[in-house]
Amino acid sequence: MADLGCTIAGIESINPFWLASAPPTDKYYNVVRAFEAGWGGVVWKTLGEDPPVVNVSSRYGVHHDTGRGVIGINNIELISDRPLEVNLKEIEQCRKEWPDRVIIGSMMAPIDEQAWKELAIKIANSGVHGIELNLGCPHGMCERGMGSAIGQVPEMVEQTTRWVREAVDIPVFTKLTPNITNILWPAEAAKQGGAHAVSLINTVNSIVSVDLDAMAPNPVVGGKGTHGGYCGSAVKPIALNMVAEIARAQETQGIDISAIGGIETWKDAAEFIALGANALQVCTAAMLYGFRIVDDMIDGLSAFMDQKGYKSMEDFRGMAVKNTVDWNELNMNFDTKAFINPDKCIECGRCHIACEDTSHQAIEFAVAEDGKRSFTVINEECVGCNLCAHVCPVPDCIEMQPVEDDKPYVTWPEHPLNPMKAAAE
Amino acid sequence: MPDGLEKGPPSCGLSAEDIEAGFGDLHKPLNSIKAIAAAEHCIYCYDAPCVQACPTSIDIPTFIHQIRTGNTDGAARTILSENIMGGTCARACPTEVLCEQACVRNHGEEDPVEIGLLQRFATDHLMAAGGAHPFERGADSGKTIAVVGAGPAGLACAHRLSMLGHSVKVYEAKAKPGGLNEYGLAAYKMVDDFAQKEVEFLLEIGGIEILYNRPIGPDLALSDLLKSHDAVFVGVGLGGTNKLGLDKEDLNGVEDAIDFIERLRQADDKSTVAVGNDVVVIGGGNTAIDAAVQSKKLGAENVTLVYRRGEDAMSATPYEVELARKNGVNVRLWAKPQSIKGDTHVKSMKFERTRMMNGKLAGTGDSFKVPADMVLKAIGQQLSLDALSGVEIAGGKIAAAADFSTSMKGVFAGGDCIRSGEDLTVQAVEDGKQAAHAIDTYLKGDANG
Ligand SMILES: Cc1cc2nc3c(=O)[nH]c(=O)nc-3n(C[C@H](O)[C@H](O)[C@H](O)COP(=O)(O)OP(=O)(O)OC[C@H]3O[C@@H](n4cnc5c(N)ncnc54)[C@H](O)[C@@H]3O)c2cc1C
Ligand SMILES: Cc1cc2nc3c(=O)[nH]c(=O)nc-3n(C[C@H](O)[C@H](O)[C@H](O)COP(=O)(O)O)c2cc1C
Ligand code: SF4
Ligand code: SF4
Ligand code: SF4
Repeated sequence: MADLGCTIAGIESINPFWLASAPPTDKYYNVVRAFEAGWGGVVWKTLGEDPPVVNVSSRYGVHHDTGRGVIGINNIELISDRPLEVNLKEIEQCRKEWPDRVIIGSMMAPIDEQAWKELAIKIANSGVHGIELNLGCPHGMCERGMGSAIGQVPEMVEQTTRWVREAVDIPVFTKLTPNITNILWPAEAAKQGGAHAVSLINTVNSIVSVDLDAMAPNPVVGGKGTHGGYCGSAVKPIALNMVAEIARAQETQGIDISAIGGIETWKDAAEFIALGANALQVCTAAMLYGFRIVDDMIDGLSAFMDQKGYKSMEDFRGMAVKNTVDWNELNMNFDTKAFINPDKCIECGRCHIACEDTSHQAIEFAVAEDGKRSFTVINEECVGCNLCAHVCPVPDCIEMQPVEDDKPYVTWPEHPLNPMKAAAE
Repeated sequence: MPDGLEKGPPSCGLSAEDIEAGFGDLHKPLNSIKAIAAAEHCIYCYDAPCVQACPTSIDIPTFIHQIRTGNTDGAARTILSENIMGGTCARACPTEVLCEQACVRNHGEEDPVEIGLLQRFATDHLMAAGGAHPFERGADSGKTIAVVGAGPAGLACAHRLSMLGHSVKVYEAKAKPGGLNEYGLAAYKMVDDFAQKEVEFLLEIGGIEILYNRPIGPDLALSDLLKSHDAVFVGVGLGGTNKLGLDKEDLNGVEDAIDFIERLRQADDKSTVAVGNDVVVIGGGNTAIDAAVQSKKLGAENVTLVYRRGEDAMSATPYEVELARKNGVNVRLWAKPQSIKGDTHVKSMKFERTRMMNGKLAGTGDSFKVPADMVLKAIGQQLSLDALSGVEIAGGKIAAAADFSTSMKGVFAGGDCIRSGEDLTVQAVEDGKQAAHAIDTYLKGDANG
C-alpha cells in the first residue's frame, strides 16, 4: 500500500489530511475525535488576544442545489470565542496524548509588532508544531483591521510573517485570502517575510443567498445580514487555480503549500497534490459529514496511488504543474471533436439544445419515421468546446476525440493570424 | 343490489376496516422529499418524447423543472393549462404505456421518471392551497354552447370554451357530474371523492351551468339544442354494453361489470357492497381488471378472470394484469363463454377452450366449468344511440372529422363516443379541449359568414 506520509515546512505527518482552522478544531473534544477518526493533523481554531470575541447567533448560510445537495456554505463567525489560556491548555493536553499527530496554532492580531510577537510566543510555548497566520478572514475581523484587512496588503503580509518568524523558532505558515486581485502578490510577500509555507485559500467573500421573506442576506441575524466567507465544494476551482499559480510562478517557487478549499474527496486531494500541494486542509466537508469522511480520503488516495504505481506522494506531487501553462503557450493546431456513441445515447436532446441555442449549431437532431430520435455531430461545425459532453447525462456517452493530423505545435504568438505577430515581423 | 347476493360477512373474513383500507390509494402520493428526488431524475429533455406520448401534450420537462425549483403551483398551472383534469389523469392514466413509456430514462435501463406521481404532487398542491382558480374566463362572446354529458370530454370542452369567452350549458343524464371519473374508474384510483372535488375546481372558472338528470334523447333532441344554442358538443361516452348472447344471461348474479363498479363507487361504506364468493369476470380490458381486483378487495374468495385470447391481446396493460394477479385474481386465458348454469341464480359457467387457427380464433371443443355466484361481464361498451338521432354513426361510433365536427352542422363530438385515440380519460380531455377550439373557430367563421 502506498505511503501517505508527507512533510510540509519540515513537519512530518502520517497523512496529508489536516483539519483547517475552524469549528472542527475549536477545542480538545473535537480534536481528539478527529485524531481518533484518523486525521493526520489539525490547525487549531484561530486564537487572538484576550478578551475573546463574541459571536452572533445565526452564523451559516448555504448554497443548495435543487436536490438539497450542498454546493457551498458561508459563515459570519469570528475567531475562537474562548479564553486564550483555556485553548493553550487543551493544545498542550492534545499534544501529550497524540504525539504522532500534528497541531498547528492559528493566530491573528491587530497590526502591531508586540501583539503579534507576544501571542506567537505564548502559542509556541503550548507545544504546537508550527504557527499559521490567519490573514484571510473576510468578515467581522477585517472590520477590526485583522484577517483579510492584513492579507489584502502584501506589505503587511510580509511584515506580520517576519514578526512571527523573529519571535519563534518553529515553522511558520502564512494563510492567504483569495479575496485579492493576484494571489502571487501576498504569496511572494509571505515568502519574503520568511514563511516556510503558505496555506490557501481562506474563505471567499460572499452573500450566499437572500431570504426573500426577510428581504435580507442569509444568514439573517434579527432582520439583517452581512457578507460572509464562502467555502466548500464550490470554491475548489478557485483554490486549485491559486495553488497552481503559486506552484508554477518563479517568484514563489519552492515555498511549501498547504492546500485548502473545497476538498471533499480523495480525488480532490489528488488534484491539489498534482498541482504541487505538500499537504491538505479540510473544513466544510467535515462540517457537512463528520470526521469519518477521512476514511475514504485515505483509502481512495492510496488506492489511486497503488493503481498508478506511486509509492509516495512525492512520486506524483506537482506532476500537473508543468502542464499548467499560460494561454499563449497552448497549441493552436490542436483540434478535438465531439463523438456521440449511439449505443449509449438515451436521446434526451440536451446536447442538441445546448449547442443549438448557445454554441455552434453543430449537433443535428432528426426524428426517423419510426420515431427514433438521432443526434449527430456535424464535424465541420464542431469547434471542440466540450459543452455537449458536459451536459450529457450519460457518462462517457459523448467522447471528445482529438483529430489525428501532423500539424506542428503552434502557439498564438507564433500564429499567422495574430496581428501582433505580423506587426512584429 | 342484485337479488340473491346477501351481504353477510364474507367467508374470507375481511373486516369493514380491512375492506376500507384495501380501497386506499393504489399508488401512495409522493411527499415533498420524494417529489424532489423523483424530479431530480428528470433530465429536462429537449423536445421530450414524454410530451409527445401524452395525449394532452403536457409540457412535462417544464413542470418537473418547476417542481425542482420549488414553484409547485406553477408546475400545476403548466399541467392544467393543457389538461384541466390533470388531477384525475395523474391517478388514472396508464402511464406505463403513455408518457412514462416514452421517458428516455428507459433507454438507460433505468426506471422512468415517475411523471404521473409528480403530476399528482403538483396538482394536489395547487388544489389543496385552494387559492383563486388559475385560469380566467375570456371576454364574453355572447355565444352559448350546449355540452351533452358531464364526463371528462364534456367538462374539458366546457372549461376551454369558458376560457375562450363562451357560455356553456351542460346537459347531464345522471345526478352527478364526472362521467366515468365518478362512476367507472377504480375506487383505489380516485380516493376521497376526488372526482367531485375536481369538478368543483373546474367549474370555478365560471360561465358553465350543469343541468342534472337531463338526458338528451327523444324528448330533447340534438336538433332542439341547436335551436337554442350556437353550437353543440356531444360527449356522451359509451352508455351501452355488449351482450354475451347466451341463454340465461339474465339470471340473478349475472351483471355488467360497469354496473357493479358504479354501485361500488357510489357506496359510502364499501363493506356494504354485495359481492359473490365465486366471482367470474369475463373480458380482457381495463374494466375486467378493475372489476376483478375490486371484487377481491371486497372479500370475494375466488375471482377468476377469463379471456378468450392470449395475454398479449388483452387491452389491459401488463402492469394491470400483474396488479390483478398480485391481488389474487386467477387469470385464465384462451377460453370463451359457452353457457350459464343455474335456476334463478347463477351457479356456474362453462367455458370452451380456444386457440388460433388459420389466423382466426376458434373453439377447441374442449370445455371446463367454473363455479360462480356472480358473473361480471366486461366485454366492451357500445355507443347508446338514444341521444344521437340525426348524427351519422360509423363503425359503432359517431363519425367525426379531424376538427371533431359531425355530420350535423354545428354539432361536434369527442371522447369515447368518437374514434380518436384509445378510450382513456386523458384522450377524452384532449378531444374536449381541441373540440372547444374547433367550435370557437366555427363560431367565428359563422359570425363572419
Ligand atoms: C370501468 C372502467 C375503468 C376505466 N379505467 C380507466 C383508467 O384507469 N384510466 C383511463 O384513462 N381510462 C379509464 N377508463 C376509460 C375512461 O373512463 C373513459 O375513456 C372516459 O371516461 C371517457 O370520457 P367521456 O367524457 O368520453 O365519457 P364518459 O366518462 O362516459 O362520460 C359521459 C357522460 O355523458 C353522460 N351521458 C351519456 N348519455 C347521455 C345523454 N343521452 N344525455 C346526457 N348525458 C349523457 C354520462 O352520464 C356521463 O356523465 C375506464 C373505463 C371504464 C368503463
Ligand atoms: C465556520 C467557519 C469558521 C472558520 N473559521 C476560521 C478561522 O477561525 N480561521 C481560519 O484561518 N479559517 C477559518 N475558516 C476557513 C477555513 O479554515 C478554510 O480555509 C475554508 O473554509 C476553506 O476550506 P473548505 O472549503 O474545506 O471549508 C472558517 C471556515 C468556516 C466554515
Ligand atoms: S446529451 Fe447525451 S444522451 Fe442526450 S441526446 Fe445528447 S448524446 Fe444523447
Ligand atoms: S396526463 Fe397522463 S399521459 Fe399525460 S403526462 Fe399526465 S399522467 Fe402522463
Ligand atoms: S423523457 Fe423522462 S427525463 Fe426526459 S423530460 Fe420526459 S420525464 Fe424527463
